[in-house]
Amino acid sequence: MPKTHNIILAGFGGQGVLFAGKLIATAGLIEDRELSWLPSYGPEMRGGTANCSVCLSDEPIGSPLVLEPDALLVMNQPSFDKFIETVAKGGVVIADSTMIPKITMPFDVSVYTIPATQLSEEHDLKGLANIIMLGKLFKEIDFCSAETLDAALVKCIPAKKQHLLEPNRKALALGMDY
Amino acid sequence: MSEKVLMKGNEALAESAIRAGCRYFFGYPITPQTELAAYMAKRMPKENGVYLQAESEVAAINMVYGAAATGARTMTSSSSPGISLKAEGISYLVGADLPAVIINVQRGGPGLGGIQPSQSDYWQATRAMGHGDSHLVVYAPSTVQEMADYVYHAFDIADKYRTPVMILADGMLGQMMEPVVLPERKTEFIEKPWAACGHDNKRPHNVVNSLYLMADDLERLNIERFERYAEIKATEQRSESFLCDDAEIVVVAFGASARIARTAVKRARENGIKVGLIRPISLWPFPERAIERTMDTAKAYLSVEMNMGQMVDDVRLVVNGRRPVEFFGHTGGVIPTPVEVYIQIENLAEKVGA
Repeated sequence: MPKTHNIILAGFGGQGVLFAGKLIATAGLIEDRELSWLPSYGPEMRGGTANCSVCLSDEPIGSPLVLEPDALLVMNQPSFDKFIETVAKGGVVIADSTMIPKITMPFDVSVYTIPATQLSEEHDLKGLANIIMLGKLFKEIDFCSAETLDAALVKCIPAKKQHLLEPNRKALALGMDY
Repeated sequence: MSEKVLMKGNEALAESAIRAGCRYFFGYPITPQTELAAYMAKRMPKENGVYLQAESEVAAINMVYGAAATGARTMTSSSSPGISLKAEGISYLVGADLPAVIINVQRGGPGLGGIQPSQSDYWQATRAMGHGDSHLVVYAPSTVQEMADYVYHAFDIADKYRTPVMILADGMLGQMMEPVVLPERKTEFIEKPWAACGHDNKRPHNVVNSLYLMADDLERLNIERFERYAEIKATEQRSESFLCDDAEIVVVAFGASARIARTAVKRARENGIKVGLIRPISLWPFPERAIERTMDTAKAYLSVEMNMGQMVDDVRLVVNGRRPVEFFGHTGGVIPTPVEVYIQIENLAEKVGA
């Protein structure tokens, strides 16, 4: 039976954490699961912690606001500092080590570091560090099938930007193989 | 049936309104409802409809008055401080018996308040949205699907009873995305023989007005309107009852806070507490009958809201002193957690021996 996931994705505005969250939500839609996606829209976005909560479940979702994530995808230091202590026991953290110099490892939480921003630059995938991160998250928590994730990508990239599909696929693969 | 799509609550409200036949939208931007106006700006021209960003909220509601007077399906949207600005115009809509839909994606107040989700306009919406002896029908969706369903329904109710209808949402429901199946496009509409829309001298003038200087006339009109309100109270109560059959503790919560309360109720049930949830969907008319039906088993009631305690008044009016009614909430944009609500349920159960 597919698992319930309560995920927070956080970073600076512009790093694409809301889009990465939308991909997870769209994967849930494709697999006909219960899901919610809730962005932060308050002043904290200006302070460096744009974030969104994504829930995937087979039961109707109660509060869409995730307070104790079982997975955290995090792309900057302020967000890491803000959310790391909230991760549930046994939870998974995917941290962009290019952007987060000070990474602490709480007991009972699995922290995976990946230099996603650096990788994106080295592989000519600038701006797709979020997708590399998502690939790594997919590998660690398996929130949908591989076919679904690709279908979600196809669905979320607008018709006018289809040339970005292949670079996005490359970025996903890079994260999955890291 | 159309396919399930992923949409923000604000966007679902807009798209569903268009499908309900709304072709005149007058708005003014304010967080957290701005996506609704932005969506209308993009879509209305393609529907040969009107999207107009007014110079103020006061202007927007008076444009709604004008469009409604011609018989068109029309809507405006705002968030709490902007809704206060529209209050005079909403009373005029009531006084002129005009159908229209008003969206309030609530944020914390009073004053400019904050921009985070809140339910603190409950009193305003259900008690005193405008001056005079006036009411409007108020619906409180709790999912993106219900945002779509109830705005669609709101246009029908507005036309049927010639009354403004409000969708009382909040920043959480407006901003979040969930799967939604959008309704089919509405193609049949009721006749509006009262509309002031031109008649080529084939009938007497229709006059749309809310000014009546003869006291007897005004009283007669108000009494006639309250007969309609009585019919609305009798036939339009809507609510969802969850695990209420044997409930000794009955939680009452609407909109976003009902989602949180539901999680807490499920957990309390797992721990052996006989607790249920009543979720009012129509806030006016308040679902009195649904509350009354729980009276046989209920030992106490708990109203959970994102304000300082407003709907709890309506619960107390129904319960009328027969059982204790308690309140729990957060305000100012702070969202209660399921754990907090669970603790309240547990404490109340212990107190009344449930």
